[in-house]
Amino acid sequence: MLVSIYRYNPETDLKPVMKDIEIDLPEGKDLMVLDVLELAKQKDSSVAYRRSCREGVCGSDGMNINGTNGLACITPISQVVKPGKKLVLRPLPGLPVIRDLVVDLSIFYKQFEKVKPFLINDTTPPAIERLQSPEDRAKLDGLYECILCACCSTNCPSFWWNPDKFIGPAGLLQAYRFLADTRDTADAERLADLDDPFSVFRCRGIMNCVAVCPKGLNPTRAIGHIRSMLIQHGT
Amino acid sequence: MTGMRTIDFDAVIVGGGGAGMRAALQLSQSGYKTAVISKVFPTRSHTVSAQGGITCAIASDDPNDDWRWHMYDTVKGSDYIGDQDAIEYMCSEGPQTVFELEHMGLPFSRTESGRIYQRPFGGQSKDFGKGGQAARTCAAADRTGHALLHTLYQGNLKNNTVFFNEWYATDMVKNQDGAIVGVIAICMETGETVFIKSKATVFATGGAGRIFASTTNALINTGDGVGMALRAGYPVQDIEMWQFHPTGIYGAGTLVTEGCRGEGGYLINKDGERFMERYAPNAKDLAGRDVVARSMVLEMLEGRGCGENGDHVMLKLDHLGEEVLNSKLPGILELSRTFAHVDPVKEPIPVVPTCHYMMGGIPTNVHGQALTQNAEGNDETIPGLFAVGEVACVSVHGANRLGGNSLLDLVVFGRAAGKHIEEMLHQGIEQRNASDSDIEEAMSRLQRLNDSTSGESVSSLRTELQDTMQNHFGVFRKGEFMQEGIDKLKGMRERIANVHLEDKSQTFNTARIEALELENLFEVAEATAIAAEERKESRGAHARDDFRDRDDDNWLCHSMYFPVDKRVGKRDVNFSPKTVDTFEPQIRTY
Repeated sequence: MLVSIYRYNPETDLKPVMKDIEIDLPEGKDLMVLDVLELAKQKDSSVAYRRSCREGVCGSDGMNINGTNGLACITPISQVVKPGKKLVLRPLPGLPVIRDLVVDLSIFYKQFEKVKPFLINDTTPPAIERLQSPEDRAKLDGLYECILCACCSTNCPSFWWNPDKFIGPAGLLQAYRFLADTRDTADAERLADLDDPFSVFRCRGIMNCVAVCPKGLNPTRAIGHIRSMLIQHGT
Repeated sequence: MTGMRTIDFDAVIVGGGGAGMRAALQLSQSGYKTAVISKVFPTRSHTVSAQGGITCAIASDDPNDDWRWHMYDTVKGSDYIGDQDAIEYMCSEGPQTVFELEHMGLPFSRTESGRIYQRPFGGQSKDFGKGGQAARTCAAADRTGHALLHTLYQGNLKNNTVFFNEWYATDMVKNQDGAIVGVIAICMETGETVFIKSKATVFATGGAGRIFASTTNALINTGDGVGMALRAGYPVQDIEMWQFHPTGIYGAGTLVTEGCRGEGGYLINKDGERFMERYAPNAKDLAGRDVVARSMVLEMLEGRGCGENGDHVMLKLDHLGEEVLNSKLPGILELSRTFAHVDPVKEPIPVVPTCHYMMGGIPTNVHGQALTQNAEGNDETIPGLFAVGEVACVSVHGANRLGGNSLLDLVVFGRAAGKHIEEMLHQGIEQRNASDSDIEEAMSRLQRLNDSTSGESVSSLRTELQDTMQNHFGVFRKGEFMQEGIDKLKGMRERIANVHLEDKSQTFNTARIEALELENLFEVAEATAIAAEERKESRGAHARDDFRDRDDDNWLCHSMYFPVDKRVGKRDVNFSPKTVDTFEPQIRTY
């Protein structure tokens, strides 16, 4: 199979190029894109990419696969390439490239940190756990599972345009994860932090985030909830 | 060494998984200048893959639950070579540690009364084995590790821990007095090498499942901490003890949680028979992992395996119903559909015992202080060095870890080490500076790699190593066969030391990291092989065809592997818990 990989090493290359590499695939097995990359690295050890869990829970290997963002480790090649066609791997779009498929995620993490992604509750905790009903706990489903792979935010035109001011879908999903948590007592503070023309309201409901989330999460819906809360809080 | 930058901290933690981040949190909270060095962004650490939960007697499922029952299970699970003082500490401190995580925001699943949901796991009992199956594993659906790791990262963000993300520690720096004063680390993004100096160095580098060809472990689990310790000449304990998890997905190796069987799933052979009823009449599918894994292999050896080659068995879940599977095991549905191409709602999952966990590691006391033995064979702490989590052998798991006890181990001993270092820092730690030659010593390996001009490739040597371990040191072991494995490994040390790093660039050079990791894999593999051959008995996960019985007269002890002369010594197991009576060794049945 022909694999075309985005190559860029700032020490030696003036600009990035797409380089083809021929990979022999084992018969009768539908490999994941990450398996193909590992085979490519056996041939050319200089190919750089991130990977860790290889089962879709750590979020390391988000990349652009034949035009769509996804996790290399849980994307079967049959799902993205027709037989006889090229597998095309590029870094996640919209962020500076460090090398090959490795992007600089600093601004993505900065936006995540901005939403104070931790529980705030300054009341003295009980001697056991804080109680929470299954119904209240269910409000966190679809939110806490985010793996910070950045597939969504780097697929979002609003984030491409204002990565420094728009929190982006991943960060906002986590903002809502804490707003929705009945154990958190900082709703007012959290909403005040988000109450500006950019942080939340630059979301145009394009839903590119939903289209690519490898965990099937829905940041657009979470952003909608935040908007409603901001409006209710009389902004 | 001229030109190398030094960065100074009160405490540096190597590894950003559950244990490392819990230790870091403790120290940051009390205002000490704390750094975490992690070769991946912390939430990408292997803790994220833990599924089923964290076992702890919080008395939610059963209001009468007692940490002593949990202690009994853990001692029995360890096949009696877990240290009883350490197990006592873990089980009794556990509830407080779990409640702290909940207060920090961990999104545990809940019971109707609003308490933390607990599910049954293997090897759990009530009333010291007399009260039937317990449900003691606290869960956040089947994503407990993810929830725990993210919560700890969030807690560290809140408390301003300094993170060196995508930095790789290559070796520890030892001063003229034999104290550990920090590590040499590479910034992967720029290639810069730095001396990170610290009054306390905590290894929380996780396991080394990648020494085997088939493993549930992440690609990053390369035993870096064990490798560094062995290179520095320190011993490792019980390193022959490797857990094979009964349910890795056939072909892919990805884990399917024991929680599946906790929720009522069971294993079947090609005849559809629930075979665990024959091997463990009481606990059945919830016997200890070593017992279940061996039973599965016996089924296959006796021709009752599934598939064309009879090389796996099936995990049946469909009878639990779609609703239960969706709410309790959503991650398993995802993984099975992706990696096994089966929908557990309708059909069973093909599974096979797969390397999962390293029970051995750097010996420590309950404060996380790393230990070595002096000439008289007595314990001695290594000044400045601590180890927590899977890299450590404290030892709470002995010869076999119970499911759900690893997450508890991480947070209990991460916290304990943090607390102890806090006290030490409070009293003041004086260490002599590392000299230029101390640092050069620690740099030598990196230097040699950077200067390499010819040699074999990393990936082919790594495959050879993994195949050797898989073939010679698997679920069942035999003396002569292990000796063959040891002979194969002998030739590999030199070849791995002379590996060729073709790509010498500085920017995000993952080839360089993989070459450094390979040396660590080899250190762990060789120690495993030699210690396994030496322990002439069957105990817990270590099952020998040529010594089928447990031999308490000779081997009711820890093994200690000394790298300098490749010698295997012994160390006493602790049988002196502080607040309960000793659990005496008994025949272990489920």
